[in-house]
Order: sequence, then C-alpha cells, then structure tokens
Amino acid sequence: MFGKLSLDDIPYDQPILVVTAIVIALGGLAILGGLTYTKRWKWLWSEWLTTVDHKKLGIMYFLVALVMLLRGFADAIMMRTQQAMAAGGAEGYLPPEHYDQIFTAHGVIMIFFVAMPMVIGLMNLVVPLQIGARDVAFPFMNNLSFWLFIAGVALTMISLFVGEFAKTGWLAYAPLSGIKYSPGVGVDYWIWGLQISGIGTTLTGINFFVTILKMRTKGMTLFRMPIFTWTALSTNVLIILSFPILTATIALLTLDRYLGMNFFTNDMGGNIMMYVNLIWAWGHPEVYILILPAFGVFSEVVATFTKKRLFGYTTMVWATAVIAFLSFTVWLHHFFTMGAGADVNSFFGIATMIIAIPTGVKIFNWLFTMYRGRLSFTSPVLWTIGFIITFTIGGMTGVMLSIPAANYVLHNSLFVIAHFHNVIIGGVVFGMMAGMTYWFPKAFGFTLNEKWGKRSFWFWITGFYVAFMPLYVLSFFGAMRRMQSYANPDWQPYFIVAWVGAILILLGIACTAIQFVVSVRDRKKNVDITGDPWDGRTLEWATSSPAPHYNFAHLPHVESRDAFWELKKHGKFEQSAPPYEDIHMPRNTAAGPIIGAFSIAFGFALVWHIWWLVGVGAAGMFIAFMMRVFNDDIDYYIPAAEVERIEKEHHARLVNAGSDARNEDDNLGVQA
Amino acid sequence: MRKKKYSPILTRLPLLLLPVLLSGCSSALMDPQGPVGEAQKTLIITAFLLMMIVVIPVIVMTVVFGWRYRASNLAAKYTPDWAHSNKIEIVVWLIPSVIILILAIITWKTSHSLAPQKPLGTKAETLEIQAVSLDWKWLFIYPEQDIATVNEVAIPVDVPVHFHVSSGSVMNSFFIPALGSQIYAMAGMDNDVNLIASEAGVYDGRSSNYSGAGFSKMLFDARAMPQGEFEAWVDKVKQAPKSLTFNDTYPTLAEPSTNVPVLYFSDVSPELYRNIVESFKNAGREAGGNNGGDGEASMSAEAAE
Repeated sequence: MFGKLSLDDIPYDQPILVVTAIVIALGGLAILGGLTYTKRWKWLWSEWLTTVDHKKLGIMYFLVALVMLLRGFADAIMMRTQQAMAAGGAEGYLPPEHYDQIFTAHGVIMIFFVAMPMVIGLMNLVVPLQIGARDVAFPFMNNLSFWLFIAGVALTMISLFVGEFAKTGWLAYAPLSGIKYSPGVGVDYWIWGLQISGIGTTLTGINFFVTILKMRTKGMTLFRMPIFTWTALSTNVLIILSFPILTATIALLTLDRYLGMNFFTNDMGGNIMMYVNLIWAWGHPEVYILILPAFGVFSEVVATFTKKRLFGYTTMVWATAVIAFLSFTVWLHHFFTMGAGADVNSFFGIATMIIAIPTGVKIFNWLFTMYRGRLSFTSPVLWTIGFIITFTIGGMTGVMLSIPAANYVLHNSLFVIAHFHNVIIGGVVFGMMAGMTYWFPKAFGFTLNEKWGKRSFWFWITGFYVAFMPLYVLSFFGAMRRMQSYANPDWQPYFIVAWVGAILILLGIACTAIQFVVSVRDRKKNVDITGDPWDGRTLEWATSSPAPHYNFAHLPHVESRDAFWELKKHGKFEQSAPPYEDIHMPRNTAAGPIIGAFSIAFGFALVWHIWWLVGVGAAGMFIAFMMRVFNDDIDYYIPAAEVERIEKEHHARLVNAGSDARNEDDNLGVQA
Repeated sequence: MRKKKYSPILTRLPLLLLPVLLSGCSSALMDPQGPVGEAQKTLIITAFLLMMIVVIPVIVMTVVFGWRYRASNLAAKYTPDWAHSNKIEIVVWLIPSVIILILAIITWKTSHSLAPQKPLGTKAETLEIQAVSLDWKWLFIYPEQDIATVNEVAIPVDVPVHFHVSSGSVMNSFFIPALGSQIYAMAGMDNDVNLIASEAGVYDGRSSNYSGAGFSKMLFDARAMPQGEFEAWVDKVKQAPKSLTFNDTYPTLAEPSTNVPVLYFSDVSPELYRNIVESFKNAGREAGGNNGGDGEASMSAEAAE
C-alpha cells in the first residue's frame, strides 16, 4: 500500500527536525487560519493560484524564492556552525549522515529553488512590460511552469520530514548516486524534485524565448530592446539548449536506479565520466542562466540612476551573446583533474578565460555609464557597486581556477567554494536584490524602504567578505569542500571567522525582512503614483504602478532605445487617453495548480515506489492537461469601458498628486 | 563601517587570528615541498599579479567614478546622451584581451609542463606506487617492492614518484596538497600523477572529492624520507605478517570502514592493482570497445566526449 514508506522513515527522533516541523506546521496553520478568518480562500484561488498574469506569477516566484532562501540559509548556518566546531578530532554536532544531506540540500535549494525562481520571477515581472506586451506568449504554460517548480520545492521540503535527502553533493555524481552506493530514497527525492521543476524551467525558457521574439510592440526592433530583455533572451536560449541535457541525464540515472540499467555504474560497461560530462554540459550554462539576467539588472539600474544612456549598448548585447555561446564550450573546466591530456585541458582552460574578456568589457561599460553621469546612491546602486567590486574579484579567482595546472591544486578545495559564492552572492544575489528593489514599486505600487535596504546591503557585503575570504586562505592550507570535520586545529579560527560572516549575512537577511514590514507599514507614504518613481528609461515605467493586468491601455509605439526616456525628453509622452478599445486577455486556469498537485503525488509515489499512486498522479496530470487542451473558453475581452474606468482612476490620482506637489509629504497618504 | 557596532566579537577576532597568520608555514600551497607544487605556486602568483592589472583599476575606477559623479556633485561634467566612444571601446576590449592572451600562453605551456601524466624522470629512477581509493581509506601498493599499505605512503626524497591512481568504489581524488597536483581516482580506470618530494617530512594526504559518509576521515600520511630510511621502511613493511590478495583479503579490506589505522601488508602480488582495475572493466562488458589498461586510453575516451 505504501511502497517502501513506513513509520520508521519519519525522523521523529531528530529534535532539530521535529522542532522545524512544528514551526512550519504552526506557521502553515497560522496562514491557513488567517485566510479562513479573513475569508480569502476564494481570493487566493482566483486572484493568485490560478492566475496567468505574468506579474503575479513573477511575484509568486520571488516570494517562494525568498522563503526558500531562509531554508537554504538555515542549511548554510548549520554547516558553518559544524565546521566552526569540528576541529582536531572533534565531531561537532552533525554526524556525516546529516551534514552530507545538509550541504547537498543547500546547493540544490540555493540554485534551483532560490536563484532560479528569483531570475525567472524577475523575467516574468519585467520582460513583457519592457517589450510593451500584455502577457507572455503562452500564459497557461507560464502558470504550469510555476506549479511544476512548486512541485520540485514541495518534494524537496517533504524529504526533510519523510525519509531523507540525497547525500551526494548537489550534482549527485555517479556512481555515488547510483543504487549501489546510495540505496536510500534521498537521491530519488533529488531526481524527482529536479526532474519536475526542470521541465517547468524548460517550458519557461520556450515561453519567454517566443515572447521576446514574437510579442514585442510596434517599433521595438531587437536592437531597441532594453538590456535586461536582451539578457533574458540569452538566458532563455541557454535554458532551451541546456535543460534538456539535465532532463536526459537525470532520466538515465533514473533508469539506472529504478530498472537496474548501467549507464553510470562502475561496472557492466557504465561510464561515470559520461555522467560528469553531461551534468556539467548542463551545469555550466546554468551558471550563466543565473548571472546574465543579473547583468541585465545592473545595466538598467546604472543607466537609470546615473540618468544617462547605457555606455556601449551594442557591445553589451554582443558581449552577452558571446558569453552565452562560450558557456557551452567550457564544461570540462569543472573536472580538469579527471585525467584528460594537456591539449584537452588547455583548450577548455583557454576557452574559459576567454569569457573573462566580454565580462570585463561589460564591467568597463557599467563604469563608463557612471562616468559623466549623475549617480544617486540608492540601494540598487549600492548593490551594483558592491557587485562590480565583488564580482571582479570573483572573476579573477575564476580565471585562476581555469588554468588547469593551478586547478590541479585548487580543485575541490575551499577555493572553489569561495570562488563561486564570490560570483553567485556578488553577482546573482546582489543583482536580484537590486532588481527586487528597483522593480518592487512596479509590482506593488509603492517603493521599498531605503534605510533598511541599505542596511541589508552593508550586512550582506561585509558578511560575504568575512565569511568567504577565510575560505580562500584555508584552501591554501589544504582544506577541502564538504568536510564534516577536519584534523588540523589551526584551521579552526578561520572557520570561526567564516561563521561570524554567516551571522552578518543573517543580519542582512533580517534587514530585508524588516524592510518589507516597514515598507508595507509606510506604503501610503512611499506610494508610487506616477508609475515612474526612478525617472526610468524603459517602457515598464510608462504604465501605472502596480501595472494594470492588461499592462498598457494602448500598446506603446517605440522609435528608439530607452523608449520611455526619449518620449519624456521630447515631451511626447502622454498618459493614455480615450478612446479605449476592448482588450483581449487570457483567462485564469485551474489546470496549472491541479497538474502541479498531481505531479507532487506522482513524484512522491515514485520516490517511495507506491505504484498505485504513481498511476493516480500520472492519470491526474494527463486528464487535467487534456481538459485544458479541449477547453475553448480560455480568453476574454476587457470591455473598453472597464479600461477607461481603470485609466481614469489612475489619471485622477496623477492630477491630485500634481496639484499637491508642493506639500506632497502631507497629502500623498490621503490620495492613495 | 557600521556593522562593527552590531557585533563586538568581530573586533576581537582578528587578534585571535594573528598568531595563525604569522606562523604562515602551515600553508601547503604557499610553502610547497616539491618541484610540482613549487611550479604551481609560481603559476598561481603570476596569474594573480597579471590579473591585478585589471582588477585594481576596476576597483579604483568604481570608487572614483562613483564618488566624482555622485548626483550631488553638480560641478562634475554631465553628458546624458554620451554612450559611445570608439577609443574607450578599443581600450576595454584590448586590455583584457592582451592579459588573457598572455594567460592563454601560460596556460598552454603549464598545462603541458605540469601535466600530471608527465614523467618527472627516467623510468629507471622513478618509483612506481599504485593508489586505490576504497570506502573510506587509501590502499597503496608498491609493485616493485611487493608490499602494500593502508593510509600511509612513504616516498624517498628527491625521487620521482609515479602514482597510478584508481578506485575500488566511488570517485575520489588523490591529493597531497604540499606536493602538488591531484588526480581523480575512478573505478576501472588507471589515472596517473607524478610527484616529487624535495624535503623530508610528513605531509597530509587525502581524498579531495566527496565520496560519502567517511569522506572527511579519508586521510593518509605521506612520509617523505631519505633513501636509506625509505629502504628501512620497506624492509619493515616486508616483515608484516599479513598479506593482501585480490580474491581473499582484498574484499574484506574493501568493505566500507572509517578511521582505519595504518596497515602494512607483505608478499603482495604486483598484479593486485591490475586485478582491481580490471574487475570493473570485465564485469559483463561485451567484447570490443575496451579501452585497454593505461591512462592514455581513458584519457582519449575523455577527449572523445
């Protein structure tokens, strides 16, 4: 009936897990209770869960990512604490059994369930607005992608309380991840969590690729697209090209584990080197999938807050394209020590360092955008400046790692850990924080509190250096990654410093949490009436904040780069005026959440070999999908009168705000 | 720096660190004990300094531009529509390109000169040692001396050592940081790394590639000693009462175990290593497509991908 699942698989003898479970259960109950008390179930279902509105999906992606950041960070602080304790024969408080799951979960969660949804969430929120579209090309598929991502999150979280998670490292190298060396369900959770969410990501890639190519508004040629959209386009090309490799690789591993095949086993003709090659053939482009949109954010932020055109737009575009292309030619640099010959290693080493050229050019272009500009030190700008410095250092250590002969002593050491946190925190996290602050008003209609945003930045950047510089030093002492304990007591002080750094980052995260609370409290004071709080340059700022669900009453007509800026400059920008037309929009759909729910059952059942439930899950997904396919009622028209009502409200707010501009501090609250 | 206010511990920690920083010699990579590690140290420092040519200006420019062109500084020039300059473009493409070109040349040269497979001496003067990673310990076989050890490897000073590296289990990486290059240990494959110790001493050796529950304890001592002492050590191991045979005692040793003490085995067949490597290759594999036993072949399989 329950396959391999029995009561013994519930870790009720683990105090940490029991407490975590209770806290999550109480939190969940509070939310459910709150929803019931305020009678918001219907609202939640019809306004959010079934939505096909790219902006709401973007918000949900980002929200889940922030929640998962807490989980991933809890893992991080547990690891730092363990390593600060387990010196010179001491075992610390986490035996390998737990420690190994924690570092695996940390990597998986931070990449797949924090960084990816932040990037995808930001693309969802911003790209259609930037290209003057009313939605994405395939709105239902967009909702489905989100729910498949949620299924991956759910399976990973379930593994915490039912069974175990993988103890293999985040990429589950074979043959360790094979059934012989990992007979438990941990790797199966890893497989199905990533497989289901990965398919969602592939669908997102297709969706945004088509959206950007086919749904740009009149006059928006490719070389007039905002840079963020360009980076999103590159990222989606990378997703389309690389995620199928992940899907296929995991499928082969699945066949090994479930059907006794031997693609990646030690014997019977299996090839473990093939696994490592395939996983990195996806894994390296994945890094650029994350960083390119962050580059896009910085480009937008620098241009906006210097009030100056982005320096070297064309160069930026080509640099992005070159990076995207090269990202497929360097995967072997993750395993120079596998034993390839000098020619092969040199090729991949040099290909890797060539990426530093377009990346360096981008950095100079941001600097020359600041040059002769008028730079306001808002928190997005602080994140950007922190990024330029931190990422440059991370890029340098990356080039050091790309030299095979140096890599032979740096590989697998804490140098690698320090390097990729250097670029992922300094690049992706800072980029997403900047992007979140920058586009928050477009999503919610009010700006985030600057004071707490800046505090968050200072804690994050100091915390980063305090946490990771000691790891660079330790790597020179011969300290490796993934150590549950270490013999040399001389290393301990460095690990303690790193622990302090992690605490500083924790304070940074706390500041962001406070920032949300304070900002929501002061939302009337921080209201964004015009829809253009930063004196922006691109189309997303041409509509109101939060943007109406149809985005633009009249689709904008673009004649240049920085379209909105040019219109404002030449006094040609006017708020939308009558006559309005009926607007064609996609209908919300229950199919996404239903398929997502069945996919959780499907994945869970496969993990535990509960075959009847596998059948139920598969049938449920199929039937829900078919019902959606044969449903003709998937769109509707917003009547012109309704558009007019919404636009008039916005105009009225603008007029009121304009007449009171002299003493806005007193009055803004009243208008909103 | 505002954060110091929040964590007073931060001000005390650097003091705590001082003695460690000053001692310095605990740094395996910056105080290498052999020519391979020495060359890698030079390489790392060279690459670091070369890249400083870009890194320092970037950091300086970030601070200077940020400060000079701050919004409140109305004295600074403001050119909102200036967005292109061929001169700047040329410079920003050229400088990184030149540095990468230099690094690429260095990369090509050092990838060949420091290739782990490259012998460091003639065959006659080279000591052959076969290292096998097991769950979770290291087995060292001396085919010329007919001995084997667990979790301890002795080498004579200034003698080139050719390590054959393979695995009896999952993937590991054979690494003695103070001596230089590491190499993956993979079942069914015979990898190579050539190292020399120029100073006598006991160096930490380990698996650097995560391999499961006992990974952190998968440590061994690499003992570099003068030739005479080495010969005495070999003789000592030869006195060990136990032997290690592929069919009989090896399977027991290969069982997962952690914190395994140093073990010595005498009368070990020089075929043991080949048996271990080929035990994976032959199992169920159909005829044809066999790579043969040497590292070159597994390398070309690698390259073909």
